[in-house]
Amino acid sequence: MKTFGKMGAVLALTLSMAMLGACGNSNGGNTAATKAPAANGGTKTEAKEITLGFSQVGAESGWRSANTKSIQDSAKEAGYTLKFSDAQQKQENQIKALRSFIQQKVDVISFSPVVESGWDTVLKEAKAAGIPVVLTDRAVDSKDTSLYVTFLGSDFVEEGRKAGEWLSEQYKDASEDVNIVELQGTTGSAPANDRMSGFAEVIKGNPHLKVIASQTGDFTRAKGKEVMQAFLKANKDIDVLYAHNDDMALGAIQAIEAAGLKPGEDIKIISVDAVKDGMQAASEGKINFIVECNPLLGPQLMQVVQDVVDGKPVEARIVTEESTFTSEQAKEALPSRQY
Amino acid sequence: MSPFMKHHLFWPLCVLAALLLFNLCYSPDFFSITIHDGHLYGSLIDILNFGAPLILVAIGMTLVVATKGIDLSVGSIVAISGAIACLRISSGADQNSMGLILGSVLLAVLLSLVLGAWNGLLVSGAGIQPIIATLILMVAGRGIAQLITGGQIITVTSSNYAYIGSGSLAALPFSIFVVALVLMIALLLTRRTALGLFIESVGCNPAASSMSGIRAHWVILSVYVFCGVCAGIAGLLLSSNVSSADGNNAGLWYELDAILAVVIGGTSLNGGRFYLTGTVIGALIIQTLTTTIYMIGVPPEITLVVKAFVVLAVCLIQSDAFRAAIAARWKSRHYPAEKEMGRHVS
Repeated sequence: MKTFGKMGAVLALTLSMAMLGACGNSNGGNTAATKAPAANGGTKTEAKEITLGFSQVGAESGWRSANTKSIQDSAKEAGYTLKFSDAQQKQENQIKALRSFIQQKVDVISFSPVVESGWDTVLKEAKAAGIPVVLTDRAVDSKDTSLYVTFLGSDFVEEGRKAGEWLSEQYKDASEDVNIVELQGTTGSAPANDRMSGFAEVIKGNPHLKVIASQTGDFTRAKGKEVMQAFLKANKDIDVLYAHNDDMALGAIQAIEAAGLKPGEDIKIISVDAVKDGMQAASEGKINFIVECNPLLGPQLMQVVQDVVDGKPVEARIVTEESTFTSEQAKEALPSRQY
Repeated sequence: MSPFMKHHLFWPLCVLAALLLFNLCYSPDFFSITIHDGHLYGSLIDILNFGAPLILVAIGMTLVVATKGIDLSVGSIVAISGAIACLRISSGADQNSMGLILGSVLLAVLLSLVLGAWNGLLVSGAGIQPIIATLILMVAGRGIAQLITGGQIITVTSSNYAYIGSGSLAALPFSIFVVALVLMIALLLTRRTALGLFIESVGCNPAASSMSGIRAHWVILSVYVFCGVCAGIAGLLLSSNVSSADGNNAGLWYELDAILAVVIGGTSLNGGRFYLTGTVIGALIIQTLTTTIYMIGVPPEITLVVKAFVVLAVCLIQSDAFRAAIAARWKSRHYPAEKEMGRHVS
């Protein structure tokens, strides 16, 4: 009974908040529509240029740097004022940044959440201030989807599945156990959670594929190397490494080489991202398979921002286009790689 | 209690031994060391190699703590030093040329010396509280490192540079020799000259030391400079180990690990007394703990909790008051009569 009461209270609170929020929104819409169409449609887009507040996760990998550059460049191209803030992988920094964007009354807030949970409060503040929020690259686990306009980014679960499918295909005739070790991304982040679950979902189909160790490498080279060295000591027979990004795979390759093994041959390596350094390693045959995760979201993001400001409807989920590379494909694609 | 148990290294060594033995139960060949293409290979070597940067930073931190100071900026100096060295090497035409690498290493060490001097001047010259004075560089330093790297991860392909952090000399990792050299210098300077005594006296009471003729300002300045240089060398080891410089993540939270190592080693944060060898053991305990967590496969979600519990246990074991309380409880339970007598006597 007690739990029911609590849940009821929470539900009522959420509902009332949602309604309040909805009221606020419709009011804003009404005034804009009836009283002064110029206030919304006219002055804002033409006379005053659009200010976009963007809070980035950090600069933890080459992928992220390419992502940042793409957003900065395309904002400049579109003629928007970009307020850029680097959260250095800390949620509290990011929440601070979002609050300061709200105070500065930017037109649109966009951010890549460091972790999935804990965003409701600050997102409600943004909503109360009438500032639309666009999520890029990473999602939040908030139940209330009205807190943000859209989520623009890759489908990490699908990336995990692609990695798993390639592996299943490689070992479909395996008669003995294939030992897999996994280097996870930052604990609690959407890409780490989703790439893990997508991969696990696919390899479940083959009972020989076994993940024998899984540990976080924080998406960095140094940690990837350190953890892989411990894996190599603790497990004598590793067949496959699945790393949630290229940088950890690159660190792990160094550890594998130091152990006197050949990366790509003695231990097959699957990785996600396809940044230049990763593609380089793939073309040398050190990484066997890379699932692309496209960081060049800038142009798409600017389009979404424009649509949101113009009041056009946007889809709730926009997926970026992505492919996969084997070693041979990486060799061909490497010269034209931008990041 | 035997004098052996009273030695300040007794409990840290016990903890380290316990951690290592715990690993042995988990993976029987934990202590096995084999030879792979001319260098030793095994978990113990890994611990030494990956622990090297932390030991270096902690050695510098020990002297700062001994003067009742604290240096929060070491993590940022680690990042800056790695970044500047990698940037210079990556822009060179021939990345393997010895001149370029030596120049870059020297530049990085010089820069960290300057950063250490900045900290020292703020503390001794301007009289700012150490925790605030070094907080400035801790925050700004990450920004400087990112400015240097341009927000990117700089990858270098120089095998000579990689040697510093991952090469091996006489079958042992080269980084161990670097640590040994710095430790020797620190030990010689502080225990074979009067400098160690000066540092301790400044840590006890800077005013009294000044009046008795010790140049307290210079002593404080020099320990911050030394700490900065140690952090700079650690940054070189770290960046060369992975052949890349990461302005954002290199040395992240190192200041906290280093302070922890210093405290585990028996140095008091109140200053006035320091144990360099204890610090080295402390840093090794932290690195062994990290390796243990990877080896036994603690789920990443609870890694930090496990770490926290072990650290708490280590600190409790080292606390005299706690040990006395436990011993008293045990005694009163097993020999109530003796306690009763003791109470009457006292």
